[in-house]
Amino acid sequence: MNQLIISAATEGEEVNPLVPNVWEMGVVLVGFVILMFIVVKFVVPMFEKTFAERAEAIEGGIAKAEKAQAEASAALEEYKQQLTDARAEANRIREEARAEGAQILADLKEKAGAESARITAQAHAQIESERQAAVVSLRAEVGTLATTLAGRIVGEALNDDERSARVVDRFLADLENQNAGAAK
Amino acid sequence: MHLPAILPWGAAEGFSKQMLLVLLSVVFIAVFFVLAARKGQLVPGKLQFAGEAAYGFVRNGIAKDIIGGKDFIKYVPLLFSLFFFILVNNIYGAIPFFQLPTFSHVGGAYVLAGIVYFTWLIIGLKKNGIRYFKLATVPSGVPWYILPIVIPIEIISNFIVRPVTHSLRLFATMLAGHLIVMIAGYGIEFLVSQENILLQGTSVLVLAGAIAMYMLEALIMVLQAYVFTLLTAIYIEGALHADSH
Repeated sequence: MNQLIISAATEGEEVNPLVPNVWEMGVVLVGFVILMFIVVKFVVPMFEKTFAERAEAIEGGIAKAEKAQAEASAALEEYKQQLTDARAEANRIREEARAEGAQILADLKEKAGAESARITAQAHAQIESERQAAVVSLRAEVGTLATTLAGRIVGEALNDDERSARVVDRFLADLENQNAGAAK
Repeated sequence: MHLPAILPWGAAEGFSKQMLLVLLSVVFIAVFFVLAARKGQLVPGKLQFAGEAAYGFVRNGIAKDIIGGKDFIKYVPLLFSLFFFILVNNIYGAIPFFQLPTFSHVGGAYVLAGIVYFTWLIIGLKKNGIRYFKLATVPSGVPWYILPIVIPIEIISNFIVRPVTHSLRLFATMLAGHLIVMIAGYGIEFLVSQENILLQGTSVLVLAGAIAMYMLEALIMVLQAYVFTLLTAIYIEGALHADSH
Protein backbone atom coordinates (compact mmCIF):
# COMPACT_ATOMS: atom_id res chain seq x y z
CA MET A 1 0.00 0.00 0.00
CA ASN A 2 2.64 2.46 1.02
CA GLN A 3 4.72 1.32 -1.86
CA LEU A 4 1.80 2.01 -4.23
CA ILE A 5 1.39 5.55 -3.01
CA ILE A 6 5.08 6.12 -3.27
CA SER A 7 5.27 4.77 -6.78
CA ALA A 8 2.28 6.91 -7.80
CA ALA A 9 3.84 9.92 -6.20
CA THR A 10 7.22 9.41 -7.77
CA GLU A 11 5.60 8.86 -11.12
CA GLY A 12 3.67 12.09 -10.69
CA GLU A 13 6.90 13.88 -9.99
CA GLU A 14 8.69 12.32 -12.88
CA VAL A 15 6.03 12.63 -15.52
CA ASN A 16 3.61 15.43 -16.14
CA PRO A 17 0.79 13.59 -17.93
CA LEU A 18 0.52 16.40 -20.48
CA VAL A 19 4.15 16.06 -21.51
CA PRO A 20 4.41 13.38 -24.15
CA ASN A 21 7.00 10.69 -24.52
CA VAL A 22 8.64 11.45 -27.84
CA TRP A 23 9.21 7.79 -28.64
CA GLU A 24 5.57 6.98 -28.06
CA MET A 25 4.64 9.79 -30.39
CA GLY A 26 7.01 8.36 -32.96
CA VAL A 27 5.49 4.92 -32.68
CA VAL A 28 1.94 6.26 -33.02
CA LEU A 29 2.96 8.38 -36.01
CA VAL A 30 4.69 5.48 -37.75
CA GLY A 31 1.87 3.07 -36.91
CA PHE A 32 -0.77 5.48 -38.13
CA VAL A 33 1.10 6.23 -41.35
CA ILE A 34 1.47 2.49 -42.03
CA LEU A 35 -2.24 2.01 -41.36
CA MET A 36 -3.13 4.94 -43.62
CA PHE A 37 -0.96 3.49 -46.35
CA ILE A 38 -2.67 0.09 -46.14
CA VAL A 39 -6.10 1.71 -46.03
CA VAL A 40 -5.44 4.00 -48.99
CA LYS A 41 -3.71 1.32 -51.00
CA PHE A 42 -5.89 -1.71 -50.32
CA VAL A 43 -8.88 -1.40 -48.03
CA VAL A 44 -10.71 1.59 -49.49
CA PRO A 45 -10.17 0.69 -53.17
CA MET A 46 -11.33 -2.88 -52.55
CA PHE A 47 -14.46 -1.82 -50.69
CA GLU A 48 -15.25 0.93 -53.19
CA LYS A 49 -14.81 -1.51 -56.06
CA THR A 50 -17.22 -3.93 -54.44
CA PHE A 51 -19.70 -1.14 -53.75
CA ALA A 52 -19.47 0.12 -57.31
CA GLU A 53 -19.92 -3.37 -58.74
CA ARG A 54 -22.88 -3.99 -56.49
CA ALA A 55 -24.49 -0.66 -57.40
CA GLU A 56 -23.90 -1.41 -61.06
CA ALA A 57 -25.41 -4.88 -60.73
CA ILE A 58 -28.51 -3.46 -59.06
CA GLU A 59 -28.84 -0.54 -61.44
CA GLY A 60 -28.24 -2.86 -64.41
CA GLY A 61 -31.11 -5.04 -63.19
CA ILE A 62 -33.32 -2.01 -62.82
CA ALA A 63 -32.40 -0.77 -66.28
CA LYS A 64 -33.17 -4.19 -67.74
CA ALA A 65 -36.54 -4.29 -66.01
CA GLU A 66 -37.33 -0.79 -67.22
CA LYS A 67 -36.44 -1.76 -70.77
CA ALA A 68 -38.69 -4.82 -70.60
CA GLN A 69 -41.46 -2.64 -69.20
CA ALA A 70 -41.05 -0.15 -72.02
CA GLU A 71 -41.10 -2.92 -74.62
CA ALA A 72 -44.22 -4.43 -73.12
CA SER A 73 -46.06 -1.12 -73.09
CA ALA A 74 -44.95 -0.44 -76.67
CA ALA A 75 -46.33 -3.82 -77.73
CA LEU A 76 -49.58 -3.12 -75.89
CA GLU A 77 -49.84 0.23 -77.62
CA GLU A 78 -49.26 -1.42 -80.96
CA TYR A 79 -51.95 -4.03 -80.32
CA LYS A 80 -54.38 -1.35 -79.27
CA GLN A 81 -53.60 0.58 -82.42
CA GLN A 82 -54.11 -2.51 -84.53
CA LEU A 83 -57.40 -3.24 -82.81
CA THR A 84 -58.61 0.30 -83.46
CA ASP A 85 -57.55 0.05 -87.09
CA ALA A 86 -59.34 -3.29 -87.47
CA ARG A 87 -62.51 -1.84 -85.95
CA ALA A 88 -62.39 1.14 -88.26
CA GLU A 89 -61.78 -1.19 -91.22
CA ALA A 90 -64.73 -3.36 -90.24
CA ASN A 91 -66.97 -0.31 -89.91
CA ARG A 92 -65.86 0.94 -93.29
CA ILE A 93 -66.54 -2.42 -94.95
CA ARG A 94 -69.98 -2.62 -93.33
CA GLU A 95 -70.85 0.88 -94.56
CA GLU A 96 -69.67 0.03 -98.05
CA ALA A 97 -71.71 -3.18 -98.08
CA ARG A 98 -74.79 -1.31 -96.95
CA ALA A 99 -74.36 1.34 -99.63
CA GLU A 100 -73.69 -1.30 -102.26
CA GLY A 101 -76.77 -3.29 -101.20
CA ALA A 102 -78.95 -0.21 -101.49
CA GLN A 103 -77.45 0.52 -104.91
CA ILE A 104 -78.10 -3.04 -106.11
CA LEU A 105 -81.68 -2.90 -104.84
CA ALA A 106 -82.34 0.38 -106.65
CA ASP A 107 -80.80 -0.98 -109.86
CA LEU A 108 -82.96 -4.10 -109.69
CA LYS A 109 -86.09 -2.09 -109.10
CA GLU A 110 -85.34 0.13 -112.04
CA LYS A 111 -84.55 -2.83 -114.28
CA ALA A 112 -87.75 -4.62 -113.26
CA GLY A 113 -89.82 -1.50 -113.98
CA ALA A 114 -88.25 -1.14 -117.42
CA GLU A 115 -88.78 -4.82 -118.19
CA SER A 116 -92.43 -4.73 -117.19
CA ALA A 117 -92.96 -1.60 -119.28
CA ARG A 118 -91.29 -3.27 -122.22
CA ILE A 119 -93.42 -6.42 -121.86
CA THR A 120 -96.60 -4.33 -121.60
CA ALA A 121 -95.70 -2.34 -124.68
CA GLN A 122 -94.91 -5.53 -126.61
CA ALA A 123 -98.21 -7.07 -125.57
CA HIS A 124 -100.07 -3.96 -126.68
CA ALA A 125 -98.33 -3.99 -130.07
CA GLN A 126 -99.05 -7.72 -130.55
CA ILE A 127 -102.69 -7.30 -129.62
CA GLU A 128 -102.98 -4.38 -132.03
CA SER A 129 -101.37 -6.28 -134.88
CA GLU A 130 -103.50 -9.36 -134.22
CA ARG A 131 -106.60 -7.23 -134.13
CA GLN A 132 -105.50 -5.64 -137.41
CA ALA A 133 -104.96 -9.08 -138.93
CA ALA A 134 -108.32 -10.25 -137.64
CA VAL A 135 -110.02 -7.18 -139.13
CA VAL A 136 -108.34 -7.71 -142.48
CA SER A 137 -109.13 -11.43 -142.56
CA LEU A 138 -112.69 -10.81 -141.35
CA ARG A 139 -113.21 -8.18 -143.99
CA ALA A 140 -112.06 -10.61 -146.71
CA GLU A 141 -114.05 -13.51 -145.29
CA VAL A 142 -117.21 -11.49 -144.73
CA GLY A 143 -116.92 -9.95 -148.21
CA THR A 144 -116.52 -13.34 -149.88
CA LEU A 145 -119.34 -14.88 -147.87
CA ALA A 146 -121.67 -11.98 -148.53
CA THR A 147 -120.83 -11.91 -152.23
CA THR A 148 -121.30 -15.63 -152.56
CA LEU A 149 -124.53 -15.38 -150.69
CA ALA A 150 -125.73 -12.41 -152.77
CA GLY A 151 -124.60 -14.14 -155.98
CA ARG A 152 -126.63 -17.17 -155.03
CA ILE A 153 -129.56 -14.99 -154.34
CA VAL A 154 -129.23 -12.56 -157.26
CA GLY A 155 -127.71 -14.84 -159.82
CA GLU A 156 -124.49 -15.16 -161.62
CA ALA A 157 -124.09 -11.44 -162.26
CA LEU A 158 -121.99 -10.84 -159.35
CA ASN A 159 -119.34 -13.30 -160.29
CA ASP A 160 -117.05 -10.59 -161.42
CA ASP A 161 -114.73 -10.49 -158.39
CA GLU A 162 -113.43 -7.05 -158.85
CA ARG A 163 -116.79 -5.40 -159.00
CA SER A 164 -118.14 -7.40 -156.13
CA ALA A 165 -115.13 -6.55 -154.04
CA ARG A 166 -115.74 -2.87 -154.64
CA VAL A 167 -119.41 -3.29 -153.70
CA VAL A 168 -118.50 -5.12 -150.55
CA ASP A 169 -115.99 -2.51 -149.55
CA ARG A 170 -118.51 0.23 -150.09
CA PHE A 171 -121.01 -1.66 -148.07
CA LEU A 172 -118.59 -2.22 -145.27
CA ALA A 173 -117.54 1.41 -145.31
CA ASP A 174 -121.20 2.39 -145.06
CA LEU A 175 -121.57 -0.06 -142.27
CA GLU A 176 -118.63 1.38 -140.46
CA ASN A 177 -119.91 4.90 -140.94
CA GLN A 178 -123.23 3.81 -139.62
CA ASN A 179 -121.53 2.22 -136.66
CA ALA A 180 -119.52 5.36 -136.10
CA GLY A 181 -122.65 7.47 -136.33
CA ALA A 182 -124.46 5.20 -133.96
CA ALA A 183 -121.48 5.39 -131.63
CA LYS A 184 -121.77 9.13 -131.80
CA MET B 1 0.72 1.66 -15.42
CA HIS B 2 3.79 0.67 -17.29
CA LEU B 3 5.16 -2.72 -17.96
CA PRO B 4 8.92 -2.74 -17.71
CA ALA B 5 10.62 -1.55 -20.85
CA ILE B 6 10.82 -4.37 -23.35
CA LEU B 7 13.97 -3.05 -24.95
CA PRO B 8 16.25 -0.34 -23.70
CA TRP B 9 15.70 1.50 -26.93
CA GLY B 10 17.69 4.60 -26.33
CA ALA B 11 14.61 6.29 -24.97
CA ALA B 12 13.90 7.22 -21.40
CA GLU B 13 11.50 4.32 -20.99
CA GLY B 14 12.51 2.00 -23.77
CA PHE B 15 10.07 0.02 -25.83
CA SER B 16 6.94 0.02 -23.71
CA LYS B 17 3.77 -2.01 -23.65
CA GLN B 18 2.01 1.04 -25.08
CA MET B 19 4.18 1.02 -28.18
CA LEU B 20 3.67 -2.68 -28.69
CA LEU B 21 -0.09 -2.23 -28.45
CA VAL B 22 -0.07 0.58 -31.00
CA LEU B 23 1.79 -1.53 -33.51
CA LEU B 24 -0.45 -4.52 -32.77
CA SER B 25 -3.52 -2.40 -33.42
CA VAL B 26 -2.21 -1.55 -36.88
CA VAL B 27 -1.78 -5.25 -37.57
CA PHE B 28 -5.25 -6.12 -36.26
CA ILE B 29 -7.01 -3.44 -38.30
CA ALA B 30 -5.05 -4.06 -41.47
CA VAL B 31 -5.44 -7.83 -41.36
CA PHE B 32 -9.14 -7.71 -40.53
CA PHE B 33 -10.10 -5.25 -43.23
CA VAL B 34 -7.85 -6.63 -45.93
CA LEU B 35 -9.28 -10.10 -45.30
CA ALA B 36 -12.81 -8.73 -45.25
CA ALA B 37 -12.41 -6.65 -48.39
CA ARG B 38 -10.23 -9.02 -50.39
CA LYS B 39 -12.91 -11.22 -51.95
CA GLY B 40 -15.18 -8.35 -52.91
CA GLN B 41 -18.17 -10.55 -53.62
CA LEU B 42 -21.44 -8.98 -54.68
CA VAL B 43 -23.23 -11.11 -52.11
CA PRO B 44 -20.94 -10.79 -49.10
CA GLY B 45 -20.03 -13.53 -46.67
CA LYS B 46 -20.08 -12.97 -42.92
CA LEU B 47 -16.60 -11.51 -42.68
CA GLN B 48 -17.04 -9.29 -45.70
CA PHE B 49 -20.42 -8.17 -44.42
CA ALA B 50 -18.93 -7.19 -41.07
CA GLY B 51 -16.09 -5.34 -42.82
CA GLU B 52 -18.48 -3.55 -45.13
CA ALA B 53 -20.74 -2.56 -42.27
CA ALA B 54 -17.78 -1.11 -40.36
CA TYR B 55 -16.40 0.62 -43.44
CA GLY B 56 -19.86 1.85 -44.44
CA PHE B 57 -20.38 3.29 -40.96
CA VAL B 58 -17.43 5.66 -41.41
CA ARG B 59 -17.94 6.17 -45.14
CA ASN B 60 -21.66 6.94 -45.07
CA GLY B 61 -22.33 7.73 -41.43
CA ILE B 62 -19.50 10.22 -41.03
CA ALA B 63 -17.78 11.17 -44.30
CA LYS B 64 -20.83 11.30 -46.56
CA ASP B 65 -23.19 12.84 -44.02
CA ILE B 66 -20.81 15.53 -42.79
CA ILE B 67 -18.64 16.34 -45.80
CA GLY B 68 -21.05 15.27 -48.52
CA GLY B 69 -20.76 16.31 -52.13
CA LYS B 70 -18.70 14.35 -54.59
CA ASP B 71 -15.36 14.90 -52.86
CA PHE B 72 -16.10 13.15 -49.60
CA ILE B 73 -14.57 9.90 -50.86
CA LYS B 74 -11.12 11.55 -50.82
CA TYR B 75 -11.30 11.95 -47.05
CA VAL B 76 -12.72 8.51 -46.29
CA PRO B 77 -9.28 6.86 -45.85
CA LEU B 78 -8.19 9.41 -43.24
CA LEU B 79 -11.48 9.24 -41.31
CA PHE B 80 -11.63 5.46 -41.59
CA SER B 81 -8.06 5.03 -40.35
CA LEU B 82 -8.59 7.51 -37.51
CA PHE B 83 -11.79 5.88 -36.33
CA PHE B 84 -10.54 2.31 -36.21
CA PHE B 85 -7.06 3.22 -35.00
CA ILE B 86 -8.53 5.09 -32.04
CA LEU B 87 -11.29 2.55 -31.50
CA VAL B 88 -8.95 -0.44 -31.27
CA ASN B 89 -6.44 1.44 -29.14
CA ASN B 90 -9.21 2.53 -26.77
CA ILE B 91 -10.83 -0.89 -26.59
CA TYR B 92 -7.51 -2.30 -25.34
CA GLY B 93 -8.47 -0.74 -22.04
CA ALA B 94 -11.51 -2.98 -21.79
CA ILE B 95 -9.78 -6.21 -22.74
CA PRO B 96 -8.20 -8.11 -19.81
CA PHE B 97 -4.52 -8.88 -20.51
CA PHE B 98 -4.08 -5.73 -22.68
CA GLN B 99 -5.82 -3.46 -20.17
CA LEU B 100 -4.27 -0.22 -21.41
CA PRO B 101 -6.03 2.34 -23.59
CA THR B 102 -2.98 3.59 -25.45
CA PHE B 103 -4.32 7.12 -25.71
CA SER B 104 -4.13 7.41 -21.94
CA HIS B 105 -0.58 8.45 -22.87
CA VAL B 106 -0.89 11.89 -24.33
CA GLY B 107 1.69 11.52 -27.10
CA GLY B 108 -0.51 9.54 -29.45
CA ALA B 109 -3.38 11.96 -29.05
CA TYR B 110 -1.07 14.88 -29.89
CA VAL B 111 0.12 13.10 -33.01
CA LEU B 112 -3.37 12.36 -34.32
CA ALA B 113 -4.71 15.81 -33.47
CA GLY B 114 -1.63 17.30 -35.14
CA ILE B 115 -2.22 15.28 -38.31
CA VAL B 116 -5.83 16.46 -38.38
CA TYR B 117 -4.79 20.06 -37.68
CA PHE B 118 -2.37 20.21 -40.58
CA THR B 119 -4.75 18.34 -42.86
CA TRP B 120 -7.42 20.91 -42.05
CA LEU B 121 -5.06 23.82 -42.69
CA ILE B 122 -3.74 22.39 -45.96
CA ILE B 123 -7.23 21.66 -47.28
CA GLY B 124 -8.41 25.13 -46.33
CA LEU B 125 -5.43 26.86 -47.93
CA LYS B 126 -5.58 24.71 -51.07
CA LYS B 127 -9.26 25.35 -51.50
CA ASN B 128 -9.38 29.06 -50.68
CA GLY B 129 -5.78 30.26 -50.91
CA ILE B 130 -4.35 32.60 -48.33
CA ARG B 131 -7.82 34.12 -48.01
CA TYR B 132 -8.67 31.11 -45.88
CA PHE B 133 -7.14 32.75 -42.84
CA LYS B 134 -9.64 35.56 -43.22
CA LEU B 135 -12.55 33.16 -43.88
CA ALA B 136 -11.63 31.13 -40.80
CA THR B 137 -11.37 34.11 -38.47
CA VAL B 138 -13.86 36.71 -39.72
CA PRO B 139 -17.39 35.37 -39.51
CA SER B 140 -19.76 36.83 -42.07
CA GLY B 141 -22.81 38.79 -41.02
CA VAL B 142 -21.25 40.18 -37.84
CA PRO B 143 -21.51 43.96 -37.26
CA TRP B 144 -18.13 45.72 -37.65
CA TYR B 145 -18.02 47.00 -34.09
CA ILE B 146 -18.11 43.45 -32.70
CA LEU B 147 -15.33 42.26 -35.00
CA PRO B 148 -12.47 43.42 -32.71
CA ILE B 149 -13.82 41.07 -30.08
CA VAL B 150 -14.85 38.24 -32.41
CA ILE B 151 -11.67 38.01 -34.47
CA PRO B 152 -9.28 37.31 -31.56
CA ILE B 153 -11.75 34.79 -30.17
CA GLU B 154 -11.98 33.06 -33.55
CA ILE B 155 -8.20 33.01 -33.93
CA ILE B 156 -7.73 31.53 -30.49
CA SER B 157 -10.55 29.01 -30.83
CA ASN B 158 -9.76 27.85 -34.34
CA PHE B 159 -5.99 27.87 -34.45
CA ILE B 160 -4.92 27.29 -30.87
CA VAL B 161 -7.66 25.80 -28.75
CA ARG B 162 -9.05 23.48 -31.38
CA PRO B 163 -6.09 21.09 -31.75
CA VAL B 164 -5.49 21.17 -28.01
CA THR B 165 -9.05 20.22 -27.10
CA HIS B 166 -9.13 17.74 -29.95
CA SER B 167 -6.21 15.84 -28.50
CA LEU B 168 -6.84 16.39 -24.78
CA ARG B 169 -10.48 15.29 -25.02
CA LEU B 170 -9.37 11.88 -26.18
CA PHE B 171 -6.42 11.64 -23.85
CA ALA B 172 -8.22 12.86 -20.73
CA THR B 173 -11.23 10.58 -21.08
CA MET B 174 -8.99 7.59 -21.65
CA LEU B 175 -6.66 8.46 -18.76
CA ALA B 176 -9.54 9.16 -16.40
CA GLY B 177 -11.35 5.96 -17.30
CA HIS B 178 -8.16 3.97 -16.97
CA LEU B 179 -7.41 5.57 -13.60
CA ILE B 180 -10.89 4.91 -12.24
CA VAL B 181 -10.85 1.24 -13.17
CA MET B 182 -7.29 0.90 -11.88
CA ILE B 183 -8.03 2.65 -8.61
CA ALA B 184 -11.06 0.42 -8.14
CA GLY B 185 -8.79 -2.56 -8.71
CA TYR B 186 -6.27 -1.35 -6.17
CA GLY B 187 -9.14 -0.51 -3.78
CA ILE B 188 -10.49 -4.04 -3.99
CA GLU B 189 -7.04 -5.46 -3.44
CA PHE B 190 -6.55 -3.20 -0.43
CA LEU B 191 -9.92 -4.06 1.13
CA VAL B 192 -9.52 -7.80 0.62
CA SER B 193 -6.12 -7.72 2.32
CA GLN B 194 -7.64 -6.25 5.53
CA GLU B 195 -7.97 -8.30 8.75
CA ASN B 196 -11.56 -7.26 9.47
CA ILE B 197 -14.05 -9.53 7.73
CA LEU B 198 -16.66 -6.73 7.48
CA LEU B 199 -14.15 -4.46 5.81
CA GLN B 200 -13.30 -7.26 3.40
CA GLY B 201 -17.02 -7.62 2.63
CA THR B 202 -17.25 -4.01 1.48
CA SER B 203 -14.95 -4.91 -1.41
CA VAL B 204 -18.03 -6.42 -3.05
CA LEU B 205 -19.55 -2.93 -3.23
CA VAL B 206 -16.41 -1.58 -4.83
CA LEU B 207 -16.43 -4.45 -7.29
CA ALA B 208 -20.03 -3.65 -8.29
CA GLY B 209 -19.06 -0.02 -8.76
CA ALA B 210 -15.98 -1.00 -10.71
CA ILE B 211 -18.03 -3.17 -13.08
CA ALA B 212 -20.45 -0.32 -13.66
CA MET B 213 -17.54 2.02 -14.36
CA TYR B 214 -16.02 -0.56 -16.65
CA MET B 215 -19.22 -0.66 -18.72
CA LEU B 216 -19.32 3.14 -18.82
CA GLU B 217 -15.68 3.19 -19.89
CA ALA B 218 -16.35 0.71 -22.68
CA LEU B 219 -19.08 3.03 -23.94
CA ILE B 220 -16.82 6.08 -23.68
CA MET B 221 -14.02 4.30 -25.55
CA VAL B 222 -16.28 3.80 -28.56
CA LEU B 223 -17.83 7.22 -28.18
CA GLN B 224 -14.49 9.02 -28.09
CA ALA B 225 -13.32 7.29 -31.25
CA TYR B 226 -16.53 8.44 -32.90
CA VAL B 227 -16.27 11.97 -31.53
CA PHE B 228 -12.67 12.37 -32.64
CA THR B 229 -13.51 11.21 -36.17
CA LEU B 230 -16.70 13.26 -36.32
CA LEU B 231 -14.84 16.41 -35.31
CA THR B 232 -12.21 15.70 -37.95
CA ALA B 233 -14.95 15.45 -40.56
CA ILE B 234 -16.50 18.69 -39.34
CA TYR B 235 -13.14 20.51 -39.54
CA ILE B 236 -12.55 19.23 -43.07
CA GLU B 237 -16.05 20.26 -44.08
CA GLY B 238 -15.42 23.70 -42.63
CA ALA B 239 -12.24 24.02 -44.68
CA LEU B 240 -13.95 22.85 -47.88
CA HIS B 241 -16.97 25.11 -47.55
CA ALA B 242 -15.43 28.08 -45.78
CA ASP B 243 -17.34 30.48 -48.04
CA SER B 244 -20.72 29.42 -46.79
CA HIS B 245 -19.87 29.60 -43.10
